[in-house]
Amino acid sequence: MLCNIQVTVNGRSYASAVEPRLLLVHYLRDVLGLTGTHIGCDTSQCGACTVLLNGKAVKSCTVFAVQADGGIILTVEGLAKDGKLHPVQEGFWEEHGLQCGFCTPGMIMASYALLQRNPNPTEAEIRHALEGNLCRCTGYQNIVRAVQWASRQMAETQPTPAPRRRAGRRSR
Amino acid sequence: MVISKLVGARIKRKEDPRLITGGGTYTDDVRLPGMLYMAVLRSPHAHARIKRIDLGKALSHPGVVAALTGEEVKQVCDPIPALGPIEGMKLALRPPLAVGKVTHVGEGVVALVAESRYQARDALDLVEVEYEPLPANVDPERAMRRGAPVIHEHLKTNLAYSIKQSVGDVEGAFQRAAGTVKARLVEQRLIPLAMECRAVVAHYEPGPGTLTIWNTTQNPHVLRGFLASMLHLPENRIRVIAPDVGGGFGSKIDTYPEEALAALFSIRLGRPVKWAEERMENFQATIHGRGQLQEIEVAYDQDGGITALRVRIWADLGAYCQTFTHAIPTLTLTMLNGPYKIPNLAWELYGVYTNKTPTDAYRGAGRPEATYLLERALDLVAHRLGRDPTEVRRRNFIPKDAFPYKTAVGTVYDSGDYEGALDKVLRLANYTALRREQQERLQRGDRKLLGIGLSTFVEICGFAPNMPDNATVRVEPTGSVTVFTGTSPHGQGEETAFAQIVAEELGVPMEDITVVHGDTLTTPQGYGTLGSRTLPVGGTAVYQAAKTVKEKAVQLAAHLLKVTPDKVSYEGGRFFVEDIPDRKVSWKEVAEKAYSPPPELPADFEPGLLATVYFKPSNFTFPFGAHIAVVEVDRETGDVQVVNYFAVDDCGHRINPLLVEGQLHGGIAQGIAQDLYEEVVYDQNGQLLTNSLMNYAVPNPAMLPSYTLEASVTPTPVNPLGAKGVGELGTIGATPAVVNAVADALKPLGVDPAQVQMACTPERVWRLIQQAQRRRR
Repeated sequence: MLCNIQVTVNGRSYASAVEPRLLLVHYLRDVLGLTGTHIGCDTSQCGACTVLLNGKAVKSCTVFAVQADGGIILTVEGLAKDGKLHPVQEGFWEEHGLQCGFCTPGMIMASYALLQRNPNPTEAEIRHALEGNLCRCTGYQNIVRAVQWASRQMAETQPTPAPRRRAGRRSR
Repeated sequence: MVISKLVGARIKRKEDPRLITGGGTYTDDVRLPGMLYMAVLRSPHAHARIKRIDLGKALSHPGVVAALTGEEVKQVCDPIPALGPIEGMKLALRPPLAVGKVTHVGEGVVALVAESRYQARDALDLVEVEYEPLPANVDPERAMRRGAPVIHEHLKTNLAYSIKQSVGDVEGAFQRAAGTVKARLVEQRLIPLAMECRAVVAHYEPGPGTLTIWNTTQNPHVLRGFLASMLHLPENRIRVIAPDVGGGFGSKIDTYPEEALAALFSIRLGRPVKWAEERMENFQATIHGRGQLQEIEVAYDQDGGITALRVRIWADLGAYCQTFTHAIPTLTLTMLNGPYKIPNLAWELYGVYTNKTPTDAYRGAGRPEATYLLERALDLVAHRLGRDPTEVRRRNFIPKDAFPYKTAVGTVYDSGDYEGALDKVLRLANYTALRREQQERLQRGDRKLLGIGLSTFVEICGFAPNMPDNATVRVEPTGSVTVFTGTSPHGQGEETAFAQIVAEELGVPMEDITVVHGDTLTTPQGYGTLGSRTLPVGGTAVYQAAKTVKEKAVQLAAHLLKVTPDKVSYEGGRFFVEDIPDRKVSWKEVAEKAYSPPPELPADFEPGLLATVYFKPSNFTFPFGAHIAVVEVDRETGDVQVVNYFAVDDCGHRINPLLVEGQLHGGIAQGIAQDLYEEVVYDQNGQLLTNSLMNYAVPNPAMLPSYTLEASVTPTPVNPLGAKGVGELGTIGATPAVVNAVADALKPLGVDPAQVQMACTPERVWRLIQQAQRRRR
């Protein structure tokens, strides 16, 4: 039995007939060919498959494609706009927040979601928010710096009216 | 090579733009038309005879195309070779699928291919296998005793090899000692856990008769050679590509069964075949790290000088010898002296087969095990003598004017300044203030005890004199440069570091340099990325190839400028003649002329501007350092937190400090992971209890501290870069530091430091505290 679904991924609309058991991550990777989203485990621990579904970070290995029907999905491929990197991507580059790069798409999407709800997180808040994402290469220190870098950058380029703590604290 | 604007600079990585945009290509991202998907049925038993296999139902499942058993594979494919077996050892090589019996949980029994991933997985459930379970060997010490069930019957024993040796007068030293200490230490098994599981795509093209393999490997050339011998194919008809590889930490050095199985299916069916390991498979089917039981005995004089060391090691090899399984524990022996002048040593090493996943190289690979036992030993001596651990270390260090230094075990160290690194880390950590705070907490009776742990260490790196590596530096006619390397970086950042070396040497902008690696068709035979060798060995080849190219470019420029080469200067992309500023020719013109030589060039001028150089180091390199871990131990719950971590590491010259620090961060994190969190657990029947990320605690961001680093720089004379390699340094330093800190924190509660074992989980620490309190009551 196949189910018809319609999703918007990175601003583009797709209609597909899928098995009800097809995981969203396999749909993105194998059906749509969006291989930027990775699979690092089978128990929802590692977060390599993190994407945004209707604005919220989800582990796409734990969502069926049919559950995303009608949804709006953002993957790492959709972050840069007109060839310009998103500040979170830039932050990972600037601060050497990646080595092998395999966890990176998930880390970037989880960090993006964090900064959407908390534009100026402390180090502890960043570490807590990324608890669902594992990295084996970096020891996380530069990932924390990357998120802090993005937070400062976003504060400069997208000022929000709400009162905020001064960005720019960093632990070296 | 001098540290300059480029070499020694914190340059952002060239690798990153593709990886932060989802544009990387990992093996599982490779899709080919008509591709089949492979799945492997794995043994649920640690040790059992295979009585019957019935593929009927599986083969009739929709989408299933073919299946193979071990007996069938055996007819066409040899077992996986092991590199450099130890003389006289009993070698048990892994067949691609089990033949007759299974020897560990997770061993492959049947492989099948289907039109889709899901169909292949479904069909595994339809394969019927009847087993006759046998008693399993879990503990290596018991497995080598008489009466233990023999795993490989033709070998008649589970003891793969034993090594017994001594240097100096160990007995005499023990008799004359002011005191001795003993300990039994457990180096628990670990899961390497690269974030990318293993994967392979095999594509056999019957027309040209070529086999292309995309694989998550750290050393594509070695894999190509192994596959050629296993499958009886000519090596030059196999192309191995390591595309972007998502970490390895040693686990992707090995050749695994799935590479051969996917190739067999592809050859048989004429279609591409993909296999992507699942994480739970990864826990069973990819090598484990460490796995040593160590008994140590130390003799010391009244000043804390170590006069003798006795070591007995049982190495848990698992069920087979994979690529380096047998060799890893022997690396522990080469480094038994550490940074110390211990004159008398005796060692026994038993490599033992058990009914578990094979062990092999995991970050540090044999050297963390040596550092761990030594650093625990020095702390035990300090504890016995009531001295500060720094004092005992100073008393035993090899002095910095003693290099090159041949240790008692026979390893020749290139260069070092161990006491200098210790001094630096003590300042960095403000050691005196830490000790004061520790006392204050004790006086106040704080619930959280402070522990300060030290590790001073040296490791053997830059593999190896018998493993040369190469580079081709090719200047294209437009002046851009392509670098080909036989190393195979998978996260380390050599696309950037190598480009820095070439940019410096040739004066070409970084963006005009492309580094190509991980493809046996385009890169010369190399040994890949392992053993912290990529920069000291591969990077040196890059440097030398660039120098050769530069010399030729100068020669060519001299011809074009009509002067002798010694009159030619080069700067800012231009060759010119000193004092005649308008006599100049650009890098690009020289590159172009190299491929379309003008008539005025001498007839014997060989066109082209490229060089291939092999570099064979004269020795290993010996990076070193000094680490201080500061932990808080909750005396009520046994919970341990690393609150501060200070590391002074010396890997010689740092080509790109940004990359070096990244390697150190990750390396330290993996050391802390072994200290506090990670531990592979098998039950008495050889069942793997820690079989997924649900029950194996890889630390997440909230479980690790930030690290405070400082560099020490002692160049190696072994290569012209003066670089020693850094991939494993952090792990080797960190492993004993944190455990020594935990033992240090627990001492005031009466816990015997020798009893502290990894992983220092809250339960284990809490039990130690309870036992000590019971004894005191």
